Amino acid sequence: MGGSTVRPRVAVHKFSSCDGCQLAFLNLGESLLDLAQRVELVHFAEAGPLDPDAEVDVAFVEGSVSTPEDLDRIQRIRTHSRLLIPIGACATAGGIQALRNDVDGAQWVAQIYSHPEAVASLAHSTPIAAHVKVDFELWGCPVSGPQILQVVNALLLGVAPHDNVDKVCTECKRRGYPCVMVSRGVPCMGPVTRAGCGALCPGLGRDCYGCYGPAENANTDSLSAQFRGLGLGAAAIEQRFRSINSQAPAFFAAADKARAGRDE
Amino acid sequence: MFSRPEDAGFLPVAQLASLVAKLIALGYRCLGPGVEQGAIVMRELDTPDAIPRGLQAEQAPGRYRLTRDPHNRYFAWANGPQAIKPLAFAPTESLWRVERDTAGALRFCAVLPETPLQAIIGVRACDLAALALQDAHFLREGRADAHYAERRERLFLVAVQCAEPAATCLCASTGDGPTPTTGYDIALAELADGFVAVAGSAKGAAVLNDLNLSPATLQQIETAQKQGEDAAAAQTRSLPSRNLRDALMSRLEHPRWDEVATRCLACGNCVAVCPTCFCHAETDEPALDGQSSEHARIWDSCFGEAHGHLHGFNVRPDIRSRYRQWLTHKLATWHDQFGRSGCVGCGRCIAWCPAGIDLTEEVAALTDQCSAS
Repeated sequence: MGGSTVRPRVAVHKFSSCDGCQLAFLNLGESLLDLAQRVELVHFAEAGPLDPDAEVDVAFVEGSVSTPEDLDRIQRIRTHSRLLIPIGACATAGGIQALRNDVDGAQWVAQIYSHPEAVASLAHSTPIAAHVKVDFELWGCPVSGPQILQVVNALLLGVAPHDNVDKVCTECKRRGYPCVMVSRGVPCMGPVTRAGCGALCPGLGRDCYGCYGPAENANTDSLSAQFRGLGLGAAAIEQRFRSINSQAPAFFAAADKARAGRDE
Repeated sequence: MFSRPEDAGFLPVAQLASLVAKLIALGYRCLGPGVEQGAIVMRELDTPDAIPRGLQAEQAPGRYRLTRDPHNRYFAWANGPQAIKPLAFAPTESLWRVERDTAGALRFCAVLPETPLQAIIGVRACDLAALALQDAHFLREGRADAHYAERRERLFLVAVQCAEPAATCLCASTGDGPTPTTGYDIALAELADGFVAVAGSAKGAAVLNDLNLSPATLQQIETAQKQGEDAAAAQTRSLPSRNLRDALMSRLEHPRWDEVATRCLACGNCVAVCPTCFCHAETDEPALDGQSSEHARIWDSCFGEAHGHLHGFNVRPDIRSRYRQWLTHKLATWHDQFGRSGCVGCGRCIAWCPAGIDLTEEVAALTDQCSAS
C-alpha cells in the first residue's frame, strides 16, 4: 500500500461482540478525521457506511463466530478482503461468550429465554482464525485507539505491523507503577498477559485481569503457584484464567490445570 | 563520607525542611520519598516539610510491605522500587523526529529533552554506585548520549546512609554500601536528633555553607560510622565477593538454569527495577497524516522476545536462555564490559520479582553444586 495514491479501502465488520472494539475507532477523535482522509471506509455499520460485500484491501473484524449465519458471513468476508485482521478478544479468542463452550448452552438458553427456539446459536463461540486465514491479530478487550492507529499506520506505510507480545509488566514498569502483586499481594495477571493497554489496571491500583490475552512465553504454571502462595484456591485460580480469553490456548491449559487441582 | 570529619556539619532534625527549602530556592524541583501503592516512590515534594517520617519497608523475595519505624526517623526505609534511574535514563523518550516538507523532502531533527534542575533527597549508596555504572555506559568517552547527559548534569543528589537494611539488601557484600562514599552532592547520616551532613561536590558545599551548620561533634560522627558498620553486619544476604565470571560462564549448561526457568515469569520486573540495567529498544511512531514520525527509545528487557530476535530466528527463545543471559551479563560478562560486577546489592530484583526469585540463591546453587561435583 505504501506509495500508492489510491486510498486503501477498509471495512469494519461486527460478529458476536459488544461493539467496544469498534468504539476504539470511533473514539479516535481528530485522528478519525485523519484516518478518513487516508483510507476509504466502505463498510462500518456503526459509523454509517454500509456495503458488507464490497471488495476491500483491509477488513477489520470484531466479534466471535457464534451463530450459524456467522459461519457463512466470515467466509464471504475472507473472499472479499485482501487482508483480514480480527480485533479484540472475541475475534482472537472467542471472547467472554466462549465461557459457554464448556457447558450445555442449549440448556442455558432454555432456562433463560421464553422462546428458546428464536435463538440460533452455535454450541461454541470461536475466534475468527478457527474459520479463515487471518493476516494479523489485534488482542485486547477492548483494543485501544493507539493499537488501531499503529496497525493502520504500518499498513499505510507498507510494513508489517509490530506484534507486541511482551508482558503488561513492561508497560507497567515504564510508567513507574509499583508492582501491586509485590506491594499489596493482589493476584495480578500482568506477568502472563500481553501488553497494549498501557497497564491500565495496575495504574489504578488494581490487578490486571488478563483482558489482552496471553503474552509469549507466558509461564502460567509459575504464576498459578504464586497465586496459591497469595491464598487463592484452585477455583479462584481457574476463574482468573477462564475469563475474557478463556479459549486462548495458554489460558485454557492453565485453567484446566487449576481445575484438575480443584478436583483432586 | 567520614573521611574528613572536620568538614562534617550537623543538621538538626527540625532543619531538614530548610535544606529542601534551600534547594527549591535554587530552582530545583525536589523529589523525595512518598507512598504510592504501598511502596516508597520518589515524588515531587510540594513543600519543604513534605518528607514523611516513620516509614519503613519490610522486604522479602516477592514481597514489599510498609511498616512503621518505632524511632520515627525520616530515612529508616532501605529503598523503594526506583530511585535515580528513571530520572537519568528515561523509560520513554523521543530521540528524533522526521518531517516531510511541502516539496516532499524529509527533514530530520534531534529532539532534546527539556529537563528541569532536579534534586533527589534520600538516594542510597547502592543507587550512587549504580548511577556510576549508568554513567560509564551512557557517557562513555567519545559517544556520550545527549539525552542522558542532559538529565544527568541537572541532577543534585542528596544521599542518605542506610541504617536499617532490608532483608533483601546485600550491598555490604558487593562493596557498594551501606554508607555512601562517593557520587553525591550532599550525604546525610540520620541520628536521633539530626543528621551528620557532608558535601561531596562544590554544589553541595555551597548549599551546606548557606545553611550555617554547626560542626558535627566527634561523638556524632562516631555514632554515624558505627551505625553504618552495624547496618552492614545486619545484612542477611550476600554474593560471593570474588569475580564470578569464570564460575558462571563455565556453567552455562548447569541444570539449575532449567529449574529457575520453571519459576521465572520472564516479566522483566527485575531489569526494570535494577538500577544498573540499561537495555532499551527503539520504536517509530508515524503520525497518521503520513507527514511526520517520532523515533522513540523505551526501556527494554532481555526477558522479552524482541531482545533476542535476529533476522530469521531468535537466539533466546525460551525463559531458560533469557534468565541465563540476564544473570551472566549482570554478574559475569559485566566484568569484561565495565571492570566490575553489575550488581550493586540493592536487592530490588529479589523483592520486586513477583515469583520471588533470589539471585543470591541462584548463584549459590549454580556455583556450589558445581564445585561439589
